[in-house]
Amino acid sequence: MKKTKISIVSKAILLVVAALFVGALFVPMWQIQLEAPQYPEGLVLRLHANKIGGDVDIINGLNHYIGMATLHTENFFEFAVLPYIFGGFALISILLIVIAKRKAILGFLIFYIFFVVLAAIDFYRWNYEYGHNLDPNAAIKVPGMAYQPPLIGYKQLLNFGAYSIPDTGGWFLTACGLLLLFIVLKEYQLFTKK
Amino acid sequence: MLVLVLGSALLTSCKPKDSSDAAIGDAEKAYVAPGKYDEFYNFVSGGFSGQLSVYGLPSGRLFRVIPVFSVDPEKGWGYSEETKPMLNTSHGFVPWDDLHHTEMSQTNGEVDGRWVFGNANNTPRIARIDLKTFKTAEIIELPNSGGNHSSPFITENTEYVVAGTRFSVPADYSDGDVPINTYKQNFKGHISFVKVGKEGEMDLAFQIVTPGVNFDLSHAGKGKSHGWFFFSCYNTEQANTLLEVNASQKDKDFIMAVNWKKAEEYIKAGKGKKQAVKYVHNKWNEKTHSATSETKTEVLVLDAAALKDICYMIPCPKSPHGCDVDPSGEYIVGSGKLAALIPVFSFGKLMGAIKDKKFDGDYGGINVVKYEAALHGEVQKPGLGPLHTEFDGKGNAYTTFFVSSEVVKWDIKSLKVLDRVPTYYSVGHLCIPGGDSKKPFGKYLVAYNKITKDRYLPTGPELAQSAQIFDISGDKMKLILDFPTIGEPHYAQAAPADLIRNNGQLKFYKIGDNNHPFAAKGEKESKVTRQGNQVHVYMTSIRSHFGPDNIEGIKMGDEVYFHVTNLEQDWDVPHGFGIKGANTAELLIMPGETATLKWTPDRVGILPFYCTDFCSALHQEMQGYIRVSPAGSNVPLSFSLGTNLPAATK
Repeated sequence: MKKTKISIVSKAILLVVAALFVGALFVPMWQIQLEAPQYPEGLVLRLHANKIGGDVDIINGLNHYIGMATLHTENFFEFAVLPYIFGGFALISILLIVIAKRKAILGFLIFYIFFVVLAAIDFYRWNYEYGHNLDPNAAIKVPGMAYQPPLIGYKQLLNFGAYSIPDTGGWFLTACGLLLLFIVLKEYQLFTKK
Repeated sequence: MLVLVLGSALLTSCKPKDSSDAAIGDAEKAYVAPGKYDEFYNFVSGGFSGQLSVYGLPSGRLFRVIPVFSVDPEKGWGYSEETKPMLNTSHGFVPWDDLHHTEMSQTNGEVDGRWVFGNANNTPRIARIDLKTFKTAEIIELPNSGGNHSSPFITENTEYVVAGTRFSVPADYSDGDVPINTYKQNFKGHISFVKVGKEGEMDLAFQIVTPGVNFDLSHAGKGKSHGWFFFSCYNTEQANTLLEVNASQKDKDFIMAVNWKKAEEYIKAGKGKKQAVKYVHNKWNEKTHSATSETKTEVLVLDAAALKDICYMIPCPKSPHGCDVDPSGEYIVGSGKLAALIPVFSFGKLMGAIKDKKFDGDYGGINVVKYEAALHGEVQKPGLGPLHTEFDGKGNAYTTFFVSSEVVKWDIKSLKVLDRVPTYYSVGHLCIPGGDSKKPFGKYLVAYNKITKDRYLPTGPELAQSAQIFDISGDKMKLILDFPTIGEPHYAQAAPADLIRNNGQLKFYKIGDNNHPFAAKGEKESKVTRQGNQVHVYMTSIRSHFGPDNIEGIKMGDEVYFHVTNLEQDWDVPHGFGIKGANTAELLIMPGETATLKWTPDRVGILPFYCTDFCSALHQEMQGYIRVSPAGSNVPLSFSLGTNLPAATK
């Protein structure tokens, strides 16, 4: 069954995918930019695979006015497991070069999409949790107001404008998905008309 | 009919037009739009305010007043326990002085944006202000001196910052209990050379003793004249009374040229005489957020009369004030306050005259160089009362005239007057950014005026001094802005904004690096301890509460030390601290810093304290109470934050 073996180009792309997964470990995946009149220079929360970075202390300090719980890396199990997951993805990508079967790659792509959806739900869940679970003794209470940042895109939260978008690592992960999709389409010859 | 004739005669024979409309048409050159930055920082001496003010050019906007030699209750300077040692002197704590001149540090003769120095004219001292923190970092006192006026001018690589005595006095190491009219025998001049280290730390390397005169101003040689320093002096008549008359007798006084490289050689060769004196050296420590004051007891003194090739006197008409060196280092401009011309000396000719011994006798053992032998030429009929000169780097000099109230532009080589503009009124110093360095930025000139009379809305007997900005980019000087200043500005310095903006400006102190012995680096570390009648409150402040904010068990007779640590770690979030009845001041604490206010309660009762700097939306909630009980009371010492609630009612 020579036909199901993937091309050398696809193998090369898989190598790139593996590299991108590894690369995503070293750069932030996601960023929530915050802007307010008092912060013309802006504040940013950066979500890495293994930690929360950026102006986290300053943001924690500000959030006490509205009674939002403070953010601490150790409170999220995700930061403990994500590095292993990305490392695992990189290993799988290398393994796929050896296996070299298009079916296996299709399987991995489906699994990866499933993972991304799950991650988005998880991210939404945390956003909801932090945005709604407010200290009833907080100094600032606005009836009906929640402080859930947008999953992606822009939202005004009192004096802060929150802008939630992928960071470098997020684009790496997006590229991984697109490259895997490209290999699948290419290997199933969906580019060429039959 | 007669009224009509008289009236029309008055109308037609009008006086020369005054020039109050001079600025119209050029004012937009000083306009810096809201939110935009100025091109230059301007460091302006505060004169009798003792402080240093920081303005922007060309807008004239005031950014900050840095406390230096005078206490400043607004910033707790001289009131907090940590800053008190900065104002210590051999006379004890001195809360005021007169800051006359500013000079920025230089590298290769160019302004480098690290520090600015200031001199104390009354109790002789030099201060160094750090331009990363805009804070006074160091103050050194100068022995054997009275009135440190010819200071704090520096050499081209900031090797030395100098000082000179305006009022010659008997040396500290001699018997000072002498009749005042023995000035000629017993009074001496001392010139100080203060070494500046890599981190800016100052050290009084040596002094040169001279006959008693009044040293006035100075400037270092640069380029070809690097290694020399020039000091103007007056009262070479050596009068000790009614100087107005008695020190104005001679046609010529002197500019003293000092070969400081030669002086260094003599120091190395052991020719400096150790003299017993007393002076202090105060240093600010950014890690402990505290100052220390060290008393020193010795200085090396070189005798200018004995060591013939250190100092030379250049005759200069008449009672010279400003002593300015052009960017090339070749021309030295002496401004005789009472002279009708400006002499310009040539460094090349001076060297030739010294080599060929073209001397005209000596003054107190110091060789006097023949006037013509050192002279490049004289600017004829420049104006009345020349005081100070700065340079634009394009071959022009600009001299201020106090009596004729004007700035005159002239060509250094040809000595021809090119332009003149009036000032309002009676200009003293002037400043061109980099104007006394090798590299002037000749775009603006600022004149600092002593008299403002009708320039602004009246404010009673005491009126503001003023600064006037001229655009000097073209052939003609044009007045573009006129604004009042704090204190009385004497000399000022200015530098391109980027040089200082990008020098690694500090935004806050890292709390982890805070080594203050009474710091509370988190609310958990806040506490109150008692040692006898001393109570130490380790207090934290963060938006928007103090920890602790309820303190009980203080008794009459206690001394309470509030050590307040600002826990914030972000830019522009200072907290203040004020407590009722404190006979000191407030504290203004920068993020990551610890400052201490000593408070002695004078009555039994509840005394509130609060944050004085509007820090946040809940600033008005940032407060606390302290309970003072009678001496011998058995109220236990207690402190809390958020837990001292009323007992629940059943």
